[in-house]
Amino acid sequence: MSSLATEARAGLRDIAPAAIAAIPIGALFGALAAAKGLSPLEVSLMSLFVFAGGAQFAAVEIWRFPAPIAVLTFSTLLINARHVLMGASLAPKTGALRPWQKALGFAVMADENWAMMERRAQRHTLTPAYVMAMSFVFWLNWQFWTLVGALAGTFLSDPRMVGADFAFSALFIGLIAGFWKGRATGVTVAASGVAAAVTYHLAGAPWHVAAGALAGIGVACLMADPDEDASADAAALAPRAAPVGEVRS
Amino acid sequence: MSLDLTNLVAILCMAGVTYATRLSGFLIAHRLVLHGRMKAGFQAIPAAVLTAVIAPSVLATGWQETAAAAVTILAAMRLPLLATVAIGVGAIVLLRAATGS
Repeated sequence: MSSLATEARAGLRDIAPAAIAAIPIGALFGALAAAKGLSPLEVSLMSLFVFAGGAQFAAVEIWRFPAPIAVLTFSTLLINARHVLMGASLAPKTGALRPWQKALGFAVMADENWAMMERRAQRHTLTPAYVMAMSFVFWLNWQFWTLVGALAGTFLSDPRMVGADFAFSALFIGLIAGFWKGRATGVTVAASGVAAAVTYHLAGAPWHVAAGALAGIGVACLMADPDEDASADAAALAPRAAPVGEVRS
Repeated sequence: MSLDLTNLVAILCMAGVTYATRLSGFLIAHRLVLHGRMKAGFQAIPAAVLTAVIAPSVLATGWQETAAAAVTILAAMRLPLLATVAIGVGAIVLLRAATGS
């Protein structure tokens, strides 16, 4: 078997659980958007070009007619600001990709495929076949199920009855566990969770995302040994030398 | 199939800022020098961000959601991703059914 097929197959295997978990989440998003008054075409356009679950859910929550463009754009920017950090972390590990492959791959980077690529990069070189297969199947999967949700939206009685609204939370808890590194992660999660919940209570969405993320990152910075591997600066710059998370298995 | 012009502009603006966030991290990566506290902060990004996104639904919705999240965390500590999601969804369905919420 060619290494191309092997790599593509590894990518599909790694993204499969997240893709399956995205089925109820995508269908729920489509149904909520349709209930809000967006047409199936508009739902599909958003999934095609934005492709960011958290931001899309928040947008539907905020959506009014006529659409508040500035508020929607700002909310999306705030929620997706994490992509800057995610991309910066993943970029040094994509040395085997051509520039156009990076541009394309990064265009469809979401939490789930990014998390899987980070984990993969800890033990393997990220190949174009791996990145493209996993990312685009995950992207297509989102297109299909959000459209199904939008079309079926009016027939779905209550998504809460089947727990579909909680699938997003459960999926993210599973992803966080994949990044567990002991006490440091525990403190980060606690700080982020409390700050985000309090901010959500006081200021509402989407401020909780930025507040929680900054609190978690800030606590991790404060707890760290400032001298830790100061001599390893050069190594931290080398490709694949600065893993963001630890593989648990 | 209807397409409202204002909706289309809003969607394109959302897409524009989202692609900008995806690409800019990639473009600034080679300028980042990480060590000590900065490196620890950087390593904390995934858990901090993922937690912040779901915190309202887990901590500020109802005790059923918080309890189901606790069950999901226990599952996540020893089971693969898909089983974790299935147990979490099953837990919230049971809790809501049992408490009639």
